[in-house]
Amino acid sequence: MRILTGNDLKNGRVVWWDGQGWSIHVEDAVDVGDQADAILAREDAACRVNGGYAIDAEPDPSGRGVRPAHIKDRIRAYGPTVRPDLTLKPADPNAGTWVI
Amino acid sequence: MYKYDQYDHAMVRARVEDFRDQTRRRIEGKLTDDQFKPLRLKNGLYLQLHAYMLRVAIPYGTLNSTQMRKLAHIARKYDRGYGHFTTRQNIQYHWIKLEEAPDILAELAEVEMHAIQTSGESIRNISADQYAGAAHDEIMDPRPWAEMIRQMTTFMPEFSYLPRKFKIAVIASPADRAALRWHDFAIRIVRNEAGEIGFECYAGGGMGRTPFIAYKIRDFLPTGQILSYLQAVLRVWNRHARRDNIHKQRMKILVHELGEDEFRRQVEEEFQHFLTLGQDFPQAEYDRIAAYFAPPPFETGLPEEIDRSDPDFALWVDRQVARHKAPGYAIVNISLKPTGQIPGDISAEQMELVADLAERYSFDELRVTHAQNLVLPHVRKQDLYAVWTALNEAGLGEANLDLVTDIIACPGLDYCSLANARSIPIAQELSRRFADKDRQADIGELKLKISGCINACGHHHAGNIGILGVDRKGKENYQLLLGGSGDENTTQAKITGPGFDEEGIVDAVERAIERYREIREPGERFIDTYRRVGMEAFKEAIYG
Repeated sequence: MRILTGNDLKNGRVVWWDGQGWSIHVEDAVDVGDQADAILAREDAACRVNGGYAIDAEPDPSGRGVRPAHIKDRIRAYGPTVRPDLTLKPADPNAGTWVI
Repeated sequence: MYKYDQYDHAMVRARVEDFRDQTRRRIEGKLTDDQFKPLRLKNGLYLQLHAYMLRVAIPYGTLNSTQMRKLAHIARKYDRGYGHFTTRQNIQYHWIKLEEAPDILAELAEVEMHAIQTSGESIRNISADQYAGAAHDEIMDPRPWAEMIRQMTTFMPEFSYLPRKFKIAVIASPADRAALRWHDFAIRIVRNEAGEIGFECYAGGGMGRTPFIAYKIRDFLPTGQILSYLQAVLRVWNRHARRDNIHKQRMKILVHELGEDEFRRQVEEEFQHFLTLGQDFPQAEYDRIAAYFAPPPFETGLPEEIDRSDPDFALWVDRQVARHKAPGYAIVNISLKPTGQIPGDISAEQMELVADLAERYSFDELRVTHAQNLVLPHVRKQDLYAVWTALNEAGLGEANLDLVTDIIACPGLDYCSLANARSIPIAQELSRRFADKDRQADIGELKLKISGCINACGHHHAGNIGILGVDRKGKENYQLLLGGSGDENTTQAKITGPGFDEEGIVDAVERAIERYREIREPGERFIDTYRRVGMEAFKEAIYG
């Protein structure tokens, strides 16, 4: 599947296209099929995200919804692996395994 | 240290308001990302993995307690309670909001700081010996010249659109504590046979994808001609640089391709031209700047003895305290590498503690080192125990300067959008693996440096042991390098062979170190043994 990500223009937070808008939770990401360029062009013009791009991902068998194919995007989705306290899921003991 | 005059204040404040306006227009959609990106980069604002990142300049690594407290305040109010000191003696914040960035710059301006030229194709923060003004082996304090160069290269039109970034270092000692020859341009302040002070000049160094060690291009330059000479260097680069190819834009590539002699010839030719223009500083201007760097009022008659009855304190003194040029004083190195922690990271509370110590015990001065540590440059020996006690209580009392756990590491893939692999977890695991104090002490001086990509922000080319993280078919892989150094005997590290995964690289480093312990001769450091026996003896141990 193809999903869209970027950083919120104003606050820089990592965001994922959920079909209606941008969510900070990767599990909300939806498959955009061949619509990536069109959505990104529209959203860039609307000045909501910075540096938006499309990535490969796969449904997550652990029930988290979506898992980006590349480690860089999994780190973006989760947060720095070296500071669990700063991640979106600081209390999740399996989050690190999901990233690596 | 240097104090802003009315013009400095006006320029920096105007720059903040320019950026505030540019930011507003970007958020309102009046500037595109392509239009805004070079503007934010000129103010040190990057977009990284999790947020915007702001890199704040700390000129030649010198700051005072007021500035450090402001950095702590920014960490707490605008970031997530910490900052990260870098290998260019700067500080980075990794969780910045664009909409708040102009306010941060305005707060920095209040304490005579900014983020100008910490990114982009410009002359970056000028680095210097962290012991400047305190070193027992220096000819003079190099910082007045670093400040002169900073002033002449900030906002100068010819230097505003350089082919690529340009890094300068200034030292004044035979010992090189600033990795001089890894810079695009560097000067060592020397004295000639007539007793005159001048500059030994180096050009063409740099790390990154294509590492080169700088050539010495001039034995002695009269100090008053530095502006003309630096302009000549930059003019030659500007004329020939490969602006069409991002991998060939750095000056090191030009120096290498032209050749040391031809580059020197062209610089000298341009230099003679610039001398006729009469642009160099008058002596009075140097004297004005130098006055800001007058030595602090050192007391005389202070005791030299240090009470070493506390063994932990004695260990710290032996490792972290360096000789000062003034009797009764010492230089204190503060390790930002506690066992298992993130190299260079410091909390807001620790910043405030260090600021308090600087104010109380070190004439209000602090330094940042390129090895991501801090320095209190002027501490009375009789105050060392009090300083150590306070540092220890704040988790800053580690005694590992220049040991295997004093690791340089870039932020790597945990934060950086350019990185291919994580650096910090490797540093943390190595720190834990070698945490035993006796083992570290037995290994002795060993510079271990880790980069998460080929850009080499973690200085892996200069590591006695270097580690380079790469992306190998979507997985993190780590190349091991041996034999680099950034001191006065600068060498470039060489790759040992095939790379390793995350666990494998830590084991490989351990095998290399154990081989060193087996084959070293009395008094040899790791780098000495490597230079004596070469790579093969280590490869056998690493790969079996």
